[in-house]
Amino acid sequence: MNRLSRLWAILIKEFIQMRRDRMTFAMMLGIPIIQLILFGFAINNDPKQLPAAIYAEEDTHFTRAILSGFAASRYFNFEHVVKDLDQAQTLMKKGEIAFIVTIQAGFSRDLVNGLKPQLLIIADASDPAVSSNALGQAANIVNNALRHDLTGHLANLQSKTGPVELVIHRKFNPENITQYNIVPGLLGVILTMTSVMITAMAMTRERERGNLENILAMPAQPLEVMLGKIFPYVLVGAVQTLIIILAARYIFDVPFIGYVLLLLSGVILFIIANLCLGFTFSTIAKSQMQAMQLTFFFFLPSILLSGFMFPFWGMPKWAQFIGEALPLTHFLRIVRGVMLKGANWQHLATEFYAILIFTLVMGLLAILRYQRTLD
Amino acid sequence: MSDVAIEVEGLVKKFGKKTVVNGIDLNIKKGQVWGFLGPNGSGKTTTIRMICGLLTPTSGKGSCLGYDIIRESKFIKQETGYMTQHFSFWEDLTIKENLQFVARMYNLTKSDEKVVNALAEIGLQQRQDQLAGNLSGGWKQRLALAAVTLHQPKLLLLDEPTAGVDPQARREFWAHIHKLSQQGVTVLVSTHYMDEAQRCDQIVYLANGQLITTGTVAQVIQHSGLVSFRLTGHNIRQYSEELQKMKCIQGVAFYGGSLHIVGKDKSEIEANLASSRFNQVSVEAVVPELEEAFIALTQQAKSSGSEYQ
Ligand SMILES: Nc1ncnc2c1ncn2[C@@H]1O[C@H](COP(=O)(O)OP(=O)(O)OP(=O)(O)O)[C@@H](O)[C@H]1O
Ligand SMILES: [Mg+2]
Repeated sequence: MNRLSRLWAILIKEFIQMRRDRMTFAMMLGIPIIQLILFGFAINNDPKQLPAAIYAEEDTHFTRAILSGFAASRYFNFEHVVKDLDQAQTLMKKGEIAFIVTIQAGFSRDLVNGLKPQLLIIADASDPAVSSNALGQAANIVNNALRHDLTGHLANLQSKTGPVELVIHRKFNPENITQYNIVPGLLGVILTMTSVMITAMAMTRERERGNLENILAMPAQPLEVMLGKIFPYVLVGAVQTLIIILAARYIFDVPFIGYVLLLLSGVILFIIANLCLGFTFSTIAKSQMQAMQLTFFFFLPSILLSGFMFPFWGMPKWAQFIGEALPLTHFLRIVRGVMLKGANWQHLATEFYAILIFTLVMGLLAILRYQRTLD
Repeated sequence: MSDVAIEVEGLVKKFGKKTVVNGIDLNIKKGQVWGFLGPNGSGKTTTIRMICGLLTPTSGKGSCLGYDIIRESKFIKQETGYMTQHFSFWEDLTIKENLQFVARMYNLTKSDEKVVNALAEIGLQQRQDQLAGNLSGGWKQRLALAAVTLHQPKLLLLDEPTAGVDPQARREFWAHIHKLSQQGVTVLVSTHYMDEAQRCDQIVYLANGQLITTGTVAQVIQHSGLVSFRLTGHNIRQYSEELQKMKCIQGVAFYGGSLHIVGKDKSEIEANLASSRFNQVSVEAVVPELEEAFIALTQQAKSSGSEYQ
């Protein structure tokens, strides 16, 4: 009986504490719901409607059939019709399109003459998960599209090998190596996790231990406190970056074809963005435990919706919308863009601005929410 | 230059619906040592925090060192040393690192020298590289005092600085406080020790967020309107229960081998003690203890408060 009573005592106490700690309670209900929604609806390993550009030097009955075949497959979404290939290449470096379909002059003539003209698809293969299914379907799509038109005396063109020679250029990652995409992405994920958590914890720790009262009693301005707390962790983040980049280059053989300085400025901006976020979290969380939970709450959508784990284009619009609000999404485009595609400032400016806006908003929020008194 | 260090009027602090400090007026002259006394939860810490700008008063106004306590708290902080009730320095920094941090926060000149002197003064040179968290309670208090006086503040707010400190160290603490006061520093110190109240120029007694009385110890005792007798004799404790039952006697306490009784009405007590049952007891009129005065004042405040409601 004694034992039961003690068990009862502990049970009651745990329930009371669970109810008091609203944040933990919200997490226990919130995390499964978020995971269900994200994994159930947002994530898609067979991305469709991938943005593509079309560069066609001729416009005939046959080329139209092929293009509508691509569109009907729902893998390709021709958002851009480009006048020259350079323009298309720029779009690809910016990360706005996944494919360029090119049709050369004389395509239709060669087709009817049985000369097997080339159809070139240039694919951004930096993330193999994005392009592989679509490319796998490409040959079928072309053959089926032409089946209706190649009748009568042209029917003999429908040989086993097909009427068209499909040429696929996998750009940026010709061998479809997953690490090329994952390792640079990891840089963003690790920086997010550590920067946000470390600042949020460092701040709440001072509150938990009563140091906050001491700091507040000294003549220090919120901005000074904030900068003083953030700067050491910018250095920590820089060291982490160095380790990951070196490992990427020399252990995983990930190419690095862009500008180091561009990446470095992206990294620093991104670290500051996350530190500001951590600082804001610390003004919300009442304990280190809650700071951890908030970090995790933010981290989960970050890795799932940023394009780190699952293709960004595979997600429904609402999920992409959330993804666009996360700094990791933009940082991933910067790292992958610089390392794998050799993207330059012009290509990536919008991503930098997006992170900058996030940083300013979070920094402002952190300063406004920073307690000047103990009220 | 005014000679007033702290002047507050009608200070009120509410947390939600609860009124924690309820209309406090203070006028503290420069260079004085003021003691803050009152039962647990009476609002001592809250009042001190409002004075140095750590809490915003719900209503009321005041100035501290010539600065407005609501709008100019950053100047107040510059010239004030506030020692929190609970140790609030960094336990994962060493003693020396804590002092260095404070020195840098106030941008002190000759900071190395000041840190060395402070370490010497509290007798922690040998242990300067030890983590502050490993210090015993009393030593932490000494470190905290050294840290909050490092920037030579004009005003010291000490919230129960001697809680858990041994008698010898307490004596040194107070010697230090008096030395600072001699140099013109104004000191406001909260305490639960009656003997420490005696070391203050003025005391303030708070109960339930209200200022019950202020003045010197003698004035407070006088204000309480109490009379006190010391009863001695063989097996004096046996009378305790009987005395407690008497209406005119508010308190009976046994110490130092004698019974102390206090009450309001001198002649009635004397009449009661004249009874033949007490002919084995010798009675001597004495000055009431401060503690007795406080207890009586708190009870009066409670009963008048309830009448008010
Ligand atoms: N942040 C707060 N929120 C709500 N109530 C508070 C807060 N801070 C203090 N209080 C309440 O205000 C009252 C006065 O507290 P305060 O700490 O000022 O008392 P004190 O006189 O310093 O007591 P002690 O002698 O125990 O240190 C207490 O009832 C306390 O519970
Ligand atoms: Mg207190």
